Amino acid sequence: MDFSPLIISLETALTATVVTFFLGIGLAYGVVRLRYFQGIADAIITLPMVLPPTVVGFFLLLFLGRKSAIGQFLLQFDINLVFTWQAAVIAAVIVSLPLMYRTARGAFEQLDVNILNAARTLGISEWRIFWRILLPNSWQGILAGVVLSFTRALGEFGATIMFAGNIPGKTQTMSTAIYAAVQANDYDSAYNWAMVIVFFSLFFVVLMNAYTSKMLSRG
Amino acid sequence: MKLVVNIRKKLRNFELATDFSAENEVFALLGASGCGKSMTLKCIAGIETPDSGFISLNDRILFDSEKNINLPPQKRKVGYLFQNYALFPNMTIWENIEFAATGTKEEKRQKTLENIRKFSLEGLENAYPNQLSGGQQQRVAFARILVADSEILLLDEPFSALDNYLKWQLELEFTEILKGYGGTAVLVSHDRGEVFRLADRIGVMNQGHLETVSGKHEVFADPKTLASTLLTGCKNISKAHCIDEHTLFAEEWGVELKVQKVPENLQYVAIRAHYFTESETDGENVFNFEVAQVIEDTFSYLVMVRLVNSKGKLLRWELEKDKWHERMAVRLKLPAEKLILLEK
Repeated sequence: MDFSPLIISLETALTATVVTFFLGIGLAYGVVRLRYFQGIADAIITLPMVLPPTVVGFFLLLFLGRKSAIGQFLLQFDINLVFTWQAAVIAAVIVSLPLMYRTARGAFEQLDVNILNAARTLGISEWRIFWRILLPNSWQGILAGVVLSFTRALGEFGATIMFAGNIPGKTQTMSTAIYAAVQANDYDSAYNWAMVIVFFSLFFVVLMNAYTSKMLSRG
Repeated sequence: MKLVVNIRKKLRNFELATDFSAENEVFALLGASGCGKSMTLKCIAGIETPDSGFISLNDRILFDSEKNINLPPQKRKVGYLFQNYALFPNMTIWENIEFAATGTKEEKRQKTLENIRKFSLEGLENAYPNQLSGGQQQRVAFARILVADSEILLLDEPFSALDNYLKWQLELEFTEILKGYGGTAVLVSHDRGEVFRLADRIGVMNQGHLETVSGKHEVFADPKTLASTLLTGCKNISKAHCIDEHTLFAEEWGVELKVQKVPENLQYVAIRAHYFTESETDGENVFNFEVAQVIEDTFSYLVMVRLVNSKGKLLRWELEKDKWHERMAVRLKLPAEKLILLEK
């Protein structure tokens, strides 16, 4: 059996999660502090969550494909994104970002604003407040965001197949492999990959729940 | 240690307009909830920004809308004691205090140690805030403010949301700390007793407007406005008008009262429930009242009375338990010097 879809899926999802982690937290922090246009900013970042993934993939092709301005620019350096492993990562990031962003933002907003204000009146810089107070007191939501975006990235299909294609050994992930297998009437492979995805996703969510309830009981 | 505040800010239902200064004293803002007193503190601390005005602390300008000065809260050196103390939940008591300290590593350690001792927090250095009692949390919050070199204390309803006994314990501790502090403090509260016990001067706030500012004894003796009268806990208020220079008519009570001088634009007359005296004989400001209702309170009786044979508004007379015996009518005097006269 060819294990490349598993490896490609894990690599893509892990890389995407690292990017999503920083980007999502940064965006959440930025949007929470916005004085104006908060609703619009929030809507734009959340959009990929509610759009059909094929639409996201279509827009990615439109904006980053060979014929786009960015695509043309990248071609000068011999870089082509479409149908590459990097494209799979980009698709996974865009699709999983809203999950990270929303959970992080929820966690930030749950923290008593007086605690942050107290720190400010005590002369503590915004930078230290972020790292020493906001993040440590929001870890639970952030952890949930990481698990959700990772599992979402792991299962990503629509945007990936549009933008990264389904090239075995190169861009074929587990979810696109299932699609290809079903198309080829190979139900055994489809069944195997489906079970692997279910197993991984379940494992991470259970792990997160166990960890949070343990931390909660510790106080 | 002088604080000068003169700010305006549009809020949802009214405009906040406060103008006061405080110097080496405990200055209290007394007002009903939602009157803008906490907002005033937040503007001083830099958590909220006024629309216009001026705030200075010891000749440092914290905010000046004309000169476009608006220091961030970090630069204001304003110690803010939050209602729930707002300790950092992820840090131990030691870390909570040290985190706010300034200076080199060794100086920080020294300052923290000093304040741990000063506020009797020894043994709790490694505890987390949620393991502490309310009183201990309050002391940590104070210690944290002091290590941050704050030049003024802002106290936002420090005892509300506590049960009575705990509240009193905290207030006792608090009084000690304030005495030792000696600088300027601004206290915000809706509790007249708390304000009277803790503050030197009082400003009464109503709908964002600072109405009366004076010494606490004066504010309670002569509240000057309707809102101040109510907030200082006066229970008996009636619309009134002038009859002649020495006589006024309390419309809702239906009585004519003699006073030294009736202001021309008199609007209300008021008397505190404790200030009635029982009278053996008829005389000036003495009236026969019928007893409408008697309510037993913890240490006193609240006797609701109205002028005999009238449909007048009930007056609340409060007296010690042993002074009361059951009866249908009483002859009461409303002493002229205890009447509060409110002008338009």
